[in-house]
Amino acid sequence: MLSVIYALSFYAATLMLVVGVGLKVWKYARTPAPLKIPTTPAPTTTAGVVMRMFREVVFFESLFKSNKWIWLFGWMFHMSLWLVLVRHLRYFIDPVWFWVAFAQPYGTYAGFTMVLGLLGLWARRILVERVRYITNPSDHLILALLVLIGASGLLMRFVYRVDIVSVKLYMLDLLRLRIGELPSDPILQVHLWSALALMVIFPISKLLHVPGVFFSPTRNQVDNPREKRHLAPWAAQLEK
Amino acid sequence: MADGNNDIEQQIRDALDVPCLKPGAMEGLKPFVAAPEHQEKLGFPGELVPDWKEKALAKMKDLAEKNRAFQVYLDACVKCGACTDKCHYFLGTGDPKNMPVARQDLLRSVYRRYFTFAGKYFPWLVGARDLTEEVLEEWYSYYHQCSECRRCSVFCPYGIDTAEITMAAREILDHIGVGQKYSNEIIGKVKSVGNNLGLNPKALRATLEDLEEDIEDDTGISVRIPLDEKGADILLVTPSADFFAEPHIDGLIGYAKVFHETGASWTLSSYASEAANFGLFIGSYENMREIALRIRKAAEDLGVKRIIFGECGHAWRVAYSFLNTLAGPFDFLDQNYPIPQHILEYTWDAIQKGQLKLDKSRNDHLTLTYHDSCNVARASRMGDMPGGQFEIPRNVIKAVCNNFYEMDRDTIRESTLCCGGGGGLLTDDLMDLRIKGASPRMKALQQVTEDHGVTHMAAICAICKTQFSKVMPKYGYDMDSIVSVHQLVSNAIILTGQETEEDEQNEEEAA
Ligand code: HEM
Ligand code: SF4
Ligand code: SF4
Repeated sequence: MLSVIYALSFYAATLMLVVGVGLKVWKYARTPAPLKIPTTPAPTTTAGVVMRMFREVVFFESLFKSNKWIWLFGWMFHMSLWLVLVRHLRYFIDPVWFWVAFAQPYGTYAGFTMVLGLLGLWARRILVERVRYITNPSDHLILALLVLIGASGLLMRFVYRVDIVSVKLYMLDLLRLRIGELPSDPILQVHLWSALALMVIFPISKLLHVPGVFFSPTRNQVDNPREKRHLAPWAAQLEK
Repeated sequence: MADGNNDIEQQIRDALDVPCLKPGAMEGLKPFVAAPEHQEKLGFPGELVPDWKEKALAKMKDLAEKNRAFQVYLDACVKCGACTDKCHYFLGTGDPKNMPVARQDLLRSVYRRYFTFAGKYFPWLVGARDLTEEVLEEWYSYYHQCSECRRCSVFCPYGIDTAEITMAAREILDHIGVGQKYSNEIIGKVKSVGNNLGLNPKALRATLEDLEEDIEDDTGISVRIPLDEKGADILLVTPSADFFAEPHIDGLIGYAKVFHETGASWTLSSYASEAANFGLFIGSYENMREIALRIRKAAEDLGVKRIIFGECGHAWRVAYSFLNTLAGPFDFLDQNYPIPQHILEYTWDAIQKGQLKLDKSRNDHLTLTYHDSCNVARASRMGDMPGGQFEIPRNVIKAVCNNFYEMDRDTIRESTLCCGGGGGLLTDDLMDLRIKGASPRMKALQQVTEDHGVTHMAAICAICKTQFSKVMPKYGYDMDSIVSVHQLVSNAIILTGQETEEDEQNEEEAA
């Protein structure tokens, strides 16, 4: 019974995530940037912009300039998150790709640094007056959700082991549109349901920073307004 | 926390010291509202329209569809807090609503309420709120406490630019009939007379003739400041403050001397006698475009080959980043030169070619530092390399002065602090905010005065110059402690044929 409900919810959540984010990306991509507004000094070539974006996304360059504590916790959380996500791929593929296998041992410890980073960010939210002022309940809830996912995952890995082979079989079945049998350990249930919750809120919350960062005109525009005329379609209408 | 204490010890703390939150400290501060006639000239309703709420929301939707920055920035902020201590108005006032993210939230809360799923169904969860008259009042107040300087954008991990939100908010307010008097009145003047001051061609000509006489009295050389001369090679577009205000006017004299020495054929235009473009401040593409088109028309009518801009920060942003977009393409100009070019690019070029005879010691009575103007630093460039906007002015200053020291590196270049008067806030009704907003810059200056005996600060923005000459006295400096970069050039230039003191001495000895 639970296996079926989870399976249907899994499909629904995946759909919401993909369609929701897809629609947003579509909207961002279609909305013109009427003026050249890169924050200067900015790269003067497209290759330069790609590098700038790479540094932002991989190293959080601007955040590093801005605030070392937020950078430390934030970067720790995100990089750990990627490792953890890569590690999770092995539940969805068979045979496991070599680079996923390679990341396995690191992924395990990344679970700890991920939760640590999250707790650091949360502590700032509560302790730093300025950050507390700008915090809404949803900001706490998202952190809580991520900590919940991380902590339940760690518990399964190190304390209450679950039958990971059956979980993997269930997931592989899901991807082939078959519904198998999901173990009912409470911690596993918490882990899996909270992960679905994260997928659902993704396109309707601040998690939109993930597609957003790539569409930010102050970061993705080339600094060449004198050389190349930039004109939005609606602005071109004014010239008629 | 000690505050309101004018003890100098207190003032010379670190320029970037973060204050404790003082909620409501600047609440209710409002610049004068534009009169109906000023509004209507710009194509906006004269006063608050009856269906303002629907109109405001419709405009918000319109902007989200027309401007990707607005749309993405409203969605993407994660409330990380990195920008919270980056705004000079927050540093100067402690009012939490002057923290960039909090300033954005004043509008984001409304956007969420009406345009997002979470805000429609769970407003309390995501801090969404209805658009009410109180919200409108708050917008008017705090979106006129942002100078659109983009310092916050540099430090945000997604480059979220609060200036974009401020401009959008002002655009919305204008569209429901609540404009700011200072900016809108000025835009009206540009449209009818050609400059912010409302200086007509006759008065302008007389002013320039007086200036020519002054230069001749001073140097013995006749240096021209041509107006409306058809067939000149170069059109100089400069902020109208350069025609009458101190220290701006000394900068204009500097440009004239540089043109004179390089043998340039140049002219000013009475039709486009203003480099400033306040359309930027109110976020109005249409108004900005209309003002920019005046420059194009002047260039066409006069038949010039090049356009050069004088010292002005936001004007250079509009010129460098937007002119091609708003009023291009400029295929009728000489493509061998940047279009448009900054006067400092021109002067630095002349210095490198050895076209100017300079005597640095003529600036020895000054010990200088340089204030990067926000729009030049973070929204434009000079020269071919990224960062040329920092190097070229410094290169010129160092070529004409012996005593130069930098302020704290966290307060210059891309991290520069706004003068406190930019973005349409340079008005007496906001004096309290201007003084407080200048305090981080003033602290950084006081530091170099202590450490190196700096006496003067150079700048290349008409607004910075006016603002500093007003607020520097509050921080223990003379009002003429702010100087134009071309004023320094002007001091150091020895015009061809000009007799210097040494020459005179030699002559006396010979006699
Ligand atoms: C392109 C990929 C991503 C980039 C460049 C990115 C970047 C950032 C940055 C710079 C911050 C601010 C610093 C901080 O608070 O950590 C942040 C915050 C955050 N990110 Fe990401 N992120 C990415 C992907 C993700 C993903 C996939 C998730 C989770 C599903 C996520 C969840 C969060 C959360 C919850 C916060 C807020 C933390 C807080 O409340 O303080 N991010 N992100
Ligand atoms: S730095 Fe950017 S993402 Fe962080 S709170 Fe400020 S505006 Fe939001
Ligand atoms: S643009 Fe400048 S004035 Fe406006 S919020 Fe950002 S730092 Fe403050």
